[in-house]
Amino acid sequence: MRHDVILRVIAKLLIPFILLFALYVQFHGDFGPGGGFQAGVILAAAVIFYGLIYGLADARKLVPEAVVESMMAIGVLIYGGVGVAGLLLGGNYLDYFVLDPNPVHGQHRGIFWVEVGVAVTVSGVMLKIFYMFADRGRVDE
Amino acid sequence: MAVTVLVIARSRNLFGVIVLGGLYSFLMATVLVAMDAVDVAMTEASVGAGISTVLLLGALYLCKSEETRPVQAPWLPLVVSLAVGAVLAYGTLGLPEFSDPKAPIHTHVVPRYLTELKQEVDVPNVVTAVLASYRGYDTLGETTVVFTAGAGVIALLRRRRKDRKP
Amino acid sequence: MTLAGTGMTLGGHFTYFITLFLMIAGLFIVIARGNLIKKLVGLSIFQTSVYLLYIAPGKLVGGTAPILSDAFTVYSNPLPHVLILTAIVVGVATLALGLALVVRIREAYGSIEEDEILSLDAAPSRAEQQE
Repeated sequence: MRHDVILRVIAKLLIPFILLFALYVQFHGDFGPGGGFQAGVILAAAVIFYGLIYGLADARKLVPEAVVESMMAIGVLIYGGVGVAGLLLGGNYLDYFVLDPNPVHGQHRGIFWVEVGVAVTVSGVMLKIFYMFADRGRVDE
Repeated sequence: MAVTVLVIARSRNLFGVIVLGGLYSFLMATVLVAMDAVDVAMTEASVGAGISTVLLLGALYLCKSEETRPVQAPWLPLVVSLAVGAVLAYGTLGLPEFSDPKAPIHTHVVPRYLTELKQEVDVPNVVTAVLASYRGYDTLGETTVVFTAGAGVIALLRRRRKDRKP
Repeated sequence: MTLAGTGMTLGGHFTYFITLFLMIAGLFIVIARGNLIKKLVGLSIFQTSVYLLYIAPGKLVGGTAPILSDAFTVYSNPLPHVLILTAIVVGVATLALGLALVVRIREAYGSIEEDEILSLDAAPSRAEQQE
């Protein structure tokens, strides 16, 4: 597939929009359908698409393995960190009201960071799984 | 959708099965939109039809693509699954009807979410608010499950490469 | 159309029957088919039937998607949506884990058919017994 001009051009055209759509889904999740899970999956799908068309090595160059692996952990840590932040500011674990003087804004802030954490973990895990499977095939041959 | 499932059950070409699985996921996403579950439909379309199809094809590439014919006719599994289905069908007789506003599912917890959300969280998308705020613990645990599954896949698939290096 | 004696309409339970059909089909594939990848596909069909089981009762005819707006007053139930949303992502993560296991099994046994693996497993132990 690496030498098919049509696929390469279309992929180049589509991928920016897929990434943009992922960001839209992530940050517009409060108002429309969407949120961390979907955004994470779409983000991962964009990179997987790139990897399928241009080959695994190029995808690795774009998003290195170390980044993906740390994404998996960082997402969970962000989520847990939001909880701990609530704890430090005098609330219960995962209590968002205390994150801002205005409780409603605190909720917004908490939801925002939690969604970021979810998106980072989900896209990290999906990408890592894809890398593992794709890499396996190449090693076996 | 039912036809797709039947073909999946009968077909022995695994490649066809996986492509049909993707089709099935899209149909399911359409049904979910009709059921007003837009968030879920979006996830199902991207996860079910996108990622899992890619993963299944990747795994298929590592294995062979034809299924061998089963030795005996699958009467016993058929009977077992039909029996389970009959018991479940008997169970549905006690469940509330479709779109019954007085069903228990609509009378507990949820009215509170819908009425007080505006003052408490003020996020228009109820699903996001409940997911991240009211049920934050659930989502935390679930993110951890995804993380653990990823770690499990790494543990399972990485060892071989290490063996090869020395 | 009313079922005799129960007072239930068939139309009112139509979604349950679809769910049941998918569930039975998934279960049948999982039990009857020896191929491990096919089993995983069956498992995910079973899983989607559970999504439907949760989502369908939450729907209200005339309701709209649970995104608050002044224009609507009736919303479908958001709680099942939340539960299933997380279930889908967990589902694909477990599917990946299962596939990883299948790949490892394929490397260890050279086959992904259940009966072949079982006979391969049985062969060495039988040899030990004969000795």
